Amino acid sequence: MATAVMTSLDPKSRAAARGMSDIAIRNLFIVPTIVFLIVFNVFPLIYSLGYSFTDFRASTNSPANFVGLQNYRALLNDPFIWNNFAITAKYVIVSVVGQVLVGFGTAMLLNRTIPFKGLLTTLLLLPMMLSMAVVGLFWKLLYDPSFGIINYALGLGTFEWLANPRMALYAVAITDIWMWSPFVMLLSLAGLSAVPKHLYEAAAIDRAGPFYTFFRITLPLVAPILMIAIIFRTMEAFKTFDLAYVLTSQPTTELISIRLYKMAFQEWQTGMSCAFAYIVLLMVLAITNIYVKYLNKVKER
Amino acid sequence: MAAVTTSTERSLNRLAIVGVLIVTMIFLAPIYWIASTAFKPRNLSTTIPPTVVFTPEVSPFVKLFTKRSQLRTPPTPEEYAAAPWWERMVFDGGEKVVRDGKGNVQWSGYPSRFMNSLIVAIVSTILAVGMGTLTAYGFSRFKVKGEGDLLFFILSTRMLPPVVVAIPMFLMYRAVGLNDTHLGLIILYTAFNLSFSVWLMKGFMDEIPKEYEEAALVDGYTRMQAFFKVVLPEAATGIAATAVFCFITAWNEYAFALIMTNRRAQTAPPFIPSQVGSGLPDWTVIAAGTLLFLLPVAIFTFLLRNHLLRGVTFGAIRK
Repeated sequence: MATAVMTSLDPKSRAAARGMSDIAIRNLFIVPTIVFLIVFNVFPLIYSLGYSFTDFRASTNSPANFVGLQNYRALLNDPFIWNNFAITAKYVIVSVVGQVLVGFGTAMLLNRTIPFKGLLTTLLLLPMMLSMAVVGLFWKLLYDPSFGIINYALGLGTFEWLANPRMALYAVAITDIWMWSPFVMLLSLAGLSAVPKHLYEAAAIDRAGPFYTFFRITLPLVAPILMIAIIFRTMEAFKTFDLAYVLTSQPTTELISIRLYKMAFQEWQTGMSCAFAYIVLLMVLAITNIYVKYLNKVKER
Repeated sequence: MAAVTTSTERSLNRLAIVGVLIVTMIFLAPIYWIASTAFKPRNLSTTIPPTVVFTPEVSPFVKLFTKRSQLRTPPTPEEYAAAPWWERMVFDGGEKVVRDGKGNVQWSGYPSRFMNSLIVAIVSTILAVGMGTLTAYGFSRFKVKGEGDLLFFILSTRMLPPVVVAIPMFLMYRAVGLNDTHLGLIILYTAFNLSFSVWLMKGFMDEIPKEYEEAALVDGYTRMQAFFKVVLPEAATGIAATAVFCFITAWNEYAFALIMTNRRAQTAPPFIPSQVGSGLPDWTVIAAGTLLFLLPVAIFTFLLRNHLLRGVTFGAIRK
């Protein structure tokens, strides 16, 4: 990787003549970061790739035995793992759709002449800056069936949220929507404010209805930036660990990250969990690739 | 636009204002509830209907910082009178402050966790922003072969799920004795924030006109001097914004801290949930701990408000 950086730079340039050469400075500035990331991100992953072909357990002293692809085969044939993927998919869909509806809706409201708009926007952005684990934990009190303010405000009596296997995943998703709708709102606001005003004036002159204006002008122009928000939130929701882990321990909320955590650090199936981690890793890299392509596309506009 | 302020437009606007206010209230309700619970007496924290009006007290904070045990017998009047005001609050709650043999008050686990959070977040921020700024400058000003691939590689390290990275890191740290140390966590957070810092700083660097340095080079500066005396001061706002984002990320991080630390180097995010446990937790103490923990982030969010968009999109979208 380091050698890839060593390209030639015009050695006759003025700067190259004095002090350190540009090439030396560039390498001095870039190489340490690349090396740091290789040592602390890539090397551990190579290390765990090796373990993923073994039956190693970090809780015992017995040496690791090479088992070939057996871990991968076992994982992909395990119906429980597929169930974890199904739970995660459901969670991602519910929470991202919720965030887009709430976030984009709020952005539409804010995209008008509102007094104290700046202050209100900042206040609305507060949840996404807070710690998921610490603030998420406090939602346990809000969701409490007997003295939580949510049941009180909605008049739900002693409705069970987190202790109810069918409700728990939605409860986690609602908290996630609360935390991350502001993110979608922030990006939508940027997209909405970039829509040229003359388009709306032209539509008004043509007596276009509000629906026509929204679907033919607003939405298409905001779509690229909204897409960035959706891909990014999908990726983050896919990785969710903190929130679900502190809020519930229901089997129905066992997301992939939680299953992986339990497999690695509670059941100590180290080899197996390394293989599982690799499967998750490839999926995340695929989404990241799509995300970066989109980012660059929007950047170019 | 003045041209379209018809009466329907005006009433739509009024509706939007009402809508925004309702949404803001709903969004801030949980944070308000944390803040108000942090000043409630314990018996008012779990009432139905919820207690909104009450005389605020600081007993949750006293309890947050001290180690306490259940009172078996109530304190004698002399004991009670001799106790300082804050200790009386603990007595009033049916508990007593634990003291060691010399009579010194024992601290709870919270202050040390808070300090750990500060140490780890500050040091890792300095490292990530320092390296990130240099690297961003390198990418911004010089031709780098395979620049796109390198930048993608840098970003992808940030996108990895923490648990995936944590499994091999845990084994490696265990081998070299870095588990449950500040250094171990600092390295992880630096690596995690480095990619973010490179991407964000590159956006800021790209905005500084090349002509500034070129002028400095003409004036006889070396490239290094031009970087430190011309580019860095120009990038100061960007560096500050990047640093605040890195600090918040490290401050809030949970998964790595949960896996890699358990006592000495444990930060606040895994500590606070561990205090809930089973049974009926004292929510006023948890709220007090949460509030103190959120305060720095809330203040920073206000200072950062004009850079939030940039920060959450890794510098890709400016205003």
